Amino acid sequence: MTRDIALIDVLDRLLEGGVVLTGDLTLAIADVDLVRISLRALICPVEATREAAQP
Amino acid sequence: MTGARYVYAIGRPLDPAGLAGLRGIDGAQVHQVAHRDLVAVVSAAPHDEAALRARLERLDELAVVARAHHAVVAAVAALTVVAPFRLATIYQHEHRVCELLRDRHQRFEALLDRLAGTVELGVKLYMEDSPPAPAPAAAGGSGRAYLRQLSQRHRRRDTEWQHAASTAERVDTTLGAHALDRNHHRLQPAHLSGVSGRNVLNAAYLVSTARVSEFAELASRLAKDEPAMRVEVTGPWAPYSFAEPDGGQRP
Repeated sequence: MTRDIALIDVLDRLLEGGVVLTGDLTLAIADVDLVRISLRALICPVEATREAAQP
Repeated sequence: MTGARYVYAIGRPLDPAGLAGLRGIDGAQVHQVAHRDLVAVVSAAPHDEAALRARLERLDELAVVARAHHAVVAAVAALTVVAPFRLATIYQHEHRVCELLRDRHQRFEALLDRLAGTVELGVKLYMEDSPPAPAPAAAGGSGRAYLRQLSQRHRRRDTEWQHAASTAERVDTTLGAHALDRNHHRLQPAHLSGVSGRNVLNAAYLVSTARVSEFAELASRLAKDEPAMRVEVTGPWAPYSFAEPDGGQRP
């Protein structure tokens, strides 16, 4: 078990997991797609995704 | 209290003493909003929505917000069953949060029932970087020898990759059979995780609290006979990866 929690593991869960409420009475900031899309560029560049997914 | 509310999680009602002194995003005091036997764990949301959005675009600031969110979820999960919310879920007023609990009462009840007595464990499998191959054809070697060495190197990599993929599948299948549920996260590129080796499995398993050590031990054992593979177990986590109100797999 790891004691120091890696940021990337926290982000996996906070950006891909958790209860998602879309179309609810939330502010624009809670628009998950917006947050996710903008962060995808930071966290998982396109080449990295492709490279990880293929031999 | 008035103003926007940042929601960390829903859960079962807590002794307010358990939340005393607990601070969330930007140091805001955390409190609970109750409706019947459900609560939402909230704090005052940052006032400037545009500024918050801009902060989430910067990795260093995102880290601060994410860790603050996680710290609240982890603290509350130690006290009661929770379903964590995704990062940056904000409601305009506290009464909106109440409405949310009322409108989704049944679904949230079912979700919390499903998550009670469980935790999430993360399991990552890495293929260690293979030792550097001998430098192809030093000066004097023929072009043909060079090409042969290059192609051998590629073949070896393909074989290693296929082996790693099948090991990942075997580990995931075995762990899945010992878990209540499972989900996969995106594979983590090494330049972001900062760890050695290539990530070939990044999975989350929902496990009964009573079986955490047993499961973690099983996970670390599964790739023991594979010298080129490394297993990393993280958690226990609040069940972030299993917090969909419908209880099914996410798309």
